[in-house]
Amino acid sequence: MMAGIVITAPGLCTTIQDAGRISHQNLGVPPSGVMDLLALAAANALVGNDPRAAVLEVCYVGPSFEVKDAPVRVAVVGGDAALRLDDGTVIACNRSATVKAGRKVTVLAPQSATYAVLAVSGGIGVPEVLGSRSTFLRGEFGGLNGRPLAAGDVLQVAAADAALPDLELSGELPYGQGPIRVVLGPQADYFDDDNIDRFLSAQYRITRESDRMGMRLTGEPLKHARGYDIATDGVVNGSVQVPGNGMPVILLSDRQTVGGYPKIATVISSDLPRLGMLKPGEVVTFEAVGIEEAVAVRRGQLQRLGELCRSLRPVRHSGAIDVAALMSENIISGVAQWDD
Amino acid sequence: MGRHQQFERRVGEARFLLAADSGIVVEFGSRIDRALSDKVLRLRDALRLKGLQGVTDLIPTFRSLLVQYDPLLADPLRLIDEIAGLLESTAKAETASRLWRLPVCYEEQHAPDLADVAGRVNMTVADVVDLHSSQEYFVYFLGFLPGCALMGDLPAELELPRRTEPRIRVPAGSLAIAMRLTLVYPVVSPGGWHLIGNCPLKFFHSGLQSPNLLAPGDKVGFRPVSSREYEDILHKENEAKSFEYTQDYLVT
Repeated sequence: MMAGIVITAPGLCTTIQDAGRISHQNLGVPPSGVMDLLALAAANALVGNDPRAAVLEVCYVGPSFEVKDAPVRVAVVGGDAALRLDDGTVIACNRSATVKAGRKVTVLAPQSATYAVLAVSGGIGVPEVLGSRSTFLRGEFGGLNGRPLAAGDVLQVAAADAALPDLELSGELPYGQGPIRVVLGPQADYFDDDNIDRFLSAQYRITRESDRMGMRLTGEPLKHARGYDIATDGVVNGSVQVPGNGMPVILLSDRQTVGGYPKIATVISSDLPRLGMLKPGEVVTFEAVGIEEAVAVRRGQLQRLGELCRSLRPVRHSGAIDVAALMSENIISGVAQWDD
Repeated sequence: MGRHQQFERRVGEARFLLAADSGIVVEFGSRIDRALSDKVLRLRDALRLKGLQGVTDLIPTFRSLLVQYDPLLADPLRLIDEIAGLLESTAKAETASRLWRLPVCYEEQHAPDLADVAGRVNMTVADVVDLHSSQEYFVYFLGFLPGCALMGDLPAELELPRRTEPRIRVPAGSLAIAMRLTLVYPVVSPGGWHLIGNCPLKFFHSGLQSPNLLAPGDKVGFRPVSSREYEDILHKENEAKSFEYTQDYLVT
């Protein structure tokens, strides 16, 4: 059954995203898609969606919306994000809740991460553009006419399946921990050993200029041994480019398809969701691993994600849980500031 | 030999490099060169025809091909072997290369850097326009922005480095030059190239199955038009939902 949500406040830069746009990079089209693929899969599983269904990606300030016509099931995943209903009920992350028609919901953006995703039953119903519903802002296509959400937007979703219970994750998502893992290259040979050592031992701080195109780092500058202009070359999510100023930039979902700076290393695919969890001002360090390890980590991560998505457990009550219980579990310590 | 060695495998003239577990870079050289580009596009064609499992994107540049893949569907080292096996392939996709003659207004209001370029290369503005518009350029690949074609080679007389101060906002349609290359910015974008004109055509329609006007291997010439003709074409193009008028600019 069709249902809808009406955006009443758009948040800072809320966009419709899915798993990304593949097979069009040869035309200059970036992959786009959510910054945190683990959150996408988990949030969709919690509301009974296909793992690649389109969601709302929330950045710093979450949107508010009103449920139209029929009850919908919602779930927010990413850091300590949460949902607040107009009666004051707070729904923590990593669980789904059914929200009746006419109710208003505010997404409390994570305090502990830059991005979070909100899944709604049925997925966000916008047309696919080039095989994906992801918004690409610079290209002005995908999502809702290629733009961030605005107040008054009506998004088509599906009514909650009343036969199914609200669900919660039974464990932590497999983000991994420790230094961000990279495979050296494809242009590590533009740097001497001392500079690669520096890259692998220095602490880099994430700057405020970071966005969906790339994470800009500041710290010990790296010196190129063979100049910093290369004939333009393809890049991937996770490419660590080092431009002339020596400060690494990690390329992310909305990046260009090619770049003209040497790439000292590339972040392994399993550690990309973790980058979406980090915030400006936080510190990252890097560790080099081999390609075999990168593939093994990826395999293990997806296996664990699959287990978690298959072993969701019913939420004890109606999905809405009381704030006192949350406080005692210390889940919403950061969120409580919103009511101050 | 350094202490830190990145993965690298050489097969004939090709060098295989890794972009972690997301991509394999097949590098044929380090310069912008038609002979290298031909090898890149030939390998791309062979890979397209072969359709290797797990490969998601084939991204050609001047001198390298990036093969993106799903590491759970294709083992990277085995994929390198399979790609290497196609290096000698003479397979060619059935795409005839096309010749375009695209309208460009080189008049002052559309060409903020033209006078400066003329001064720096010691030519008159009219001579720069004549020289730029009398060439046939080769589309090496599409990149940076959707539908943005990297074209060359610009005559050596017009070679300049990029601007030292990149612009924050380059208007859509801007015809630009830098180094031995020329391109048209398909949408508003930041940019560091020299702007010498504007092309009123749309280069990308995201709603189409084949959303790009130009493709690698195409040849492109430019025809100077008056600002009046420019406005007429622009008006038509702004209304168009597809490439319905652009066949007019296809020579062969």
